[in-house]
Amino acid sequence: MNAGVKRLSRYRRHRYAAPALLITALISLGATFQVASALPNSSRMESTPKSTLIEEGARIFAQGCSSCHGLNAEGAGIAPSLIGVGAASVDFQVGTGRMPMADMSQQAMRKDPIYNEEETAALAAYVASLAPGPAAINEAQLTYERDGNTAEGGELFRTNCAMCHNFAGQGGALTQGKYAPTVMGVEAKHIYEAMITGPQSMPVFSDKTITPEEKLSILKWIKSAESEPNLGGASLGRTGPVTEGLLVWTLGLGLLIGIAVWLTAKAR
Amino acid sequence: MKKVERIGVNVAGYVDDRTGAAKWLRKNLTKVFPDHWSFMLGEIVLYSFIILLLSGTFLTFWFDPSQREVVYDGSYEPLQDIKMSAAYASALHISFDVRGGLLMRQIHHWAALIFMAGMIAHLMRVFFTGAFRKPREANWLIGVGLVTLGIVEGFLGYSLPDDLLSGTGIRIAEAIIQALPVVGSYLAFFAFGGAFPGEAFIPRIFTVHVLLLPAIFLALITIHLMLVWYQKHTQYPGPGRTEKNVVGYPLMPIYMAKAGGFFFIVFGVTAFLGAVASINPIWLYGPYNPGQVTAGSQPDFYMGWLDGLVRMAPPLETAAFGYTISWNILIPGLIIPGILFTLMALYPFIESWMTGDKREHHLLERPRNNPNRTAIGAMSLSFILVVLINGGNDLIATHFSLTINQIMWFTRIGVIVIPPMVFVITKRICLSLQRADREKVLHGRETGRLVMLPHGEFVEVHEELSAAEKFTLTQHEQPMALQVPNSDANGVLNPQGLKGKLRARLSQAHVEQVSAPSASEAKELESGHH
Ligand code: HEC
Ligand code: HEC
Ligand code: HEM
Repeated sequence: MNAGVKRLSRYRRHRYAAPALLITALISLGATFQVASALPNSSRMESTPKSTLIEEGARIFAQGCSSCHGLNAEGAGIAPSLIGVGAASVDFQVGTGRMPMADMSQQAMRKDPIYNEEETAALAAYVASLAPGPAAINEAQLTYERDGNTAEGGELFRTNCAMCHNFAGQGGALTQGKYAPTVMGVEAKHIYEAMITGPQSMPVFSDKTITPEEKLSILKWIKSAESEPNLGGASLGRTGPVTEGLLVWTLGLGLLIGIAVWLTAKAR
Repeated sequence: MKKVERIGVNVAGYVDDRTGAAKWLRKNLTKVFPDHWSFMLGEIVLYSFIILLLSGTFLTFWFDPSQREVVYDGSYEPLQDIKMSAAYASALHISFDVRGGLLMRQIHHWAALIFMAGMIAHLMRVFFTGAFRKPREANWLIGVGLVTLGIVEGFLGYSLPDDLLSGTGIRIAEAIIQALPVVGSYLAFFAFGGAFPGEAFIPRIFTVHVLLLPAIFLALITIHLMLVWYQKHTQYPGPGRTEKNVVGYPLMPIYMAKAGGFFFIVFGVTAFLGAVASINPIWLYGPYNPGQVTAGSQPDFYMGWLDGLVRMAPPLETAAFGYTISWNILIPGLIIPGILFTLMALYPFIESWMTGDKREHHLLERPRNNPNRTAIGAMSLSFILVVLINGGNDLIATHFSLTINQIMWFTRIGVIVIPPMVFVITKRICLSLQRADREKVLHGRETGRLVMLPHGEFVEVHEELSAAEKFTLTQHEQPMALQVPNSDANGVLNPQGLKGKLRARLSQAHVEQVSAPSASEAKELESGHH
């Protein structure tokens, strides 16, 4: 060992060594941070992908959502706070095109989504970063084909959902112009997210009320109802007896009366 | 004579000697029936009733009217291993595992709807043409009974499969029974053999649906048709048709051939609907479970107006003597329907009281020639229609982007405002139609042909009606209002009191008419005609 090293090791045991090291470390850290944040935007790629996603989300949010939800998603008079609603809610609302809301009607309507998948994910990440909440679902998590039970799902749907969404998931009216939309043709992950976030007048179905396995069964039932052929002929909208009554007065009795008129018409 | 013919003659002679059948047959087979499309509405009803009997019998072969709990193990995958009543399971079995079962179920239900719709259309034709007048009041009463029983029969029918929709309907029926003051809850307890839903209700309504009510229908329809037979059919006015004769085709062979053919047409239309259009898809509704309801729970249309009335009732309850009286169910569920049906049943008597007309009538009236009656009918229909709209308020709301509350208030106000408006408008329309008839008789039919007169004036050529047409348009009665004396022989003022005044007022309204052109008026015009 040479003398220099020895001297260093002697300083190491000096009683000011620890505080001095700490200060040096802090200063250098601060200096690095200063330099890093002073760098132009292009070099942001070097930081973690997660935080960029959040920032990207924050940027989109400021442009597209803050006018209603407030600059920091804290909510404003016209729209609720999004703090703590979680990525699932954003993924559902933006993914089904409900948000950004087009007009302040009774209920945000489903429409073609305005943001693509990455932008939606960014918005979700941003809102999730504000406070913890239910995470967004990706399709791979939804193993309903394997783990669901159609019949059980049907029972659960009729018990929990049919009072608003109709027995065949065709949707129905609620009071004051609100309505439960059809659940046919909705992406599986959005159905799942609707259950865990409870958009608007829809209740939240926590994992205690409906377990994750049961939710998968509901998904499986909805998907099987979607593709079920109309076993009895034309479905008449699967809405029950009203359309049947209309048909019988028009086509049924109408046709019979038409024939009666024809049979009794005088030959000319 | 060939051998076969000789045998035939002998047999016929044998029967005739003992029963006098030949005379009876000759009389009846040559009986004449008038021909008009609206007279075939009753036939549509009759034939759909026969279709109901046949298809219903088929269904009873497999239907198990029991609320015993079973676990489904049939070919409809989405209900596999679900607990349900045997009734529901057997209805699924008929739908999916019995050959032709679903078709039969659908034919049965479509036939039921055609039966009810046809019956209502038939009732309307009888009403608007005045066919219920003396001597046919009895048949009108039987008819009202048939409509009422038809509603009940249909309700029981779609309650049988014990699916979610029918269970919801039964629940409402239970609520209506319970709403009866004092006896309600006992009655409900009795009907259900215990607490709702119990195990007794479906077996019981099954017996009523397949045995009791069809037997009553059969009896009432038989009497109904015998009355039509003996009283003879009414006919529309026209040349050669009087209160004393019937102009038409003999029963045999023309009418029978037409009617027989028409049966197959009714059957064909029903079977066509059954084959192409789904009705009551019970497998989608799922088994009944008191803990479940579905959005858009609706009854069939003939119950829909009741449902609409119940839906529009504001919440109103009073507690008295330890009982709660739910007016919001009692009034729309029992009192209003009771009043409506009573008024309908009594209408022939009310009208004859208003007009003081106690004569027999075998000639029908054209609706326009009795404006007051036509207006009353249209008013009643508009009432039912408004209420029916409220019965479907949730579907209308979602399909036409309205809110349930808007429809509710529209119908709540409409049910009071619209019928009187319809009354006035219909009456005015009838009177204008009469005026148009009068014009036609006096000035002929507009031909649309313009002719230039020598001095350059253009006139439209009017074509004179034939004598037959003129007769048809002018034959109707011009009734006079009842005269109620102001004072009687002893100088007592208003001897009939308020009732007399009311009667005079009503009869005044009832006879409002545009006078048909008289013979002298027509003559006058003819002589001065260009
Ligand atoms: C025109 C105003 C408006 C705009 C713009 C808007 N929102 Fe909303 N948002 C609302 C209103 C109002 C509600 C609450 C009622 C509703 O959901 O219809 C809402 C609800 C939400 C919810 C559900 C909150 C919960 O409790 O679960 C989310 C998530 C949401 N918005 C996200 C967004 C996002 C992300 C954007 C931007 C892409 C956005 N919103 C743009 C008005 C708006
Ligand atoms: C109290 C009534 C109610 C119940 C119960 C209910 N929902 Fe909903 N549901 C709604 C309403 C209202 C909406 C519309 C929310 C919106 O537009 O933001 C909705 C929306 C949805 C959507 C979104 C449809 C679309 O068009 O994107 C799905 C999926 C859904 N519900 C599934 C379910 C399931 C599954 C259940 C049962 C576990 C259920 N709902 C129970 C009222 C209800
Ligand atoms: C099961 C249901 C019914 C059946 C099968 C039935 C059948 C018929 C038939 C076949 C006729 C003769 C043809 C015709 O005029 O259409 C008739 C006549 C008549 N029906 Fe009905 N009917 C039913 C219900 C009703 C109802 C609901 C009413 C009224 C409330 C009614 C009142 C009458 C009257 C008054 C006639 C005599 C009509 C005339 O002579 O002009 N019927 N019915």
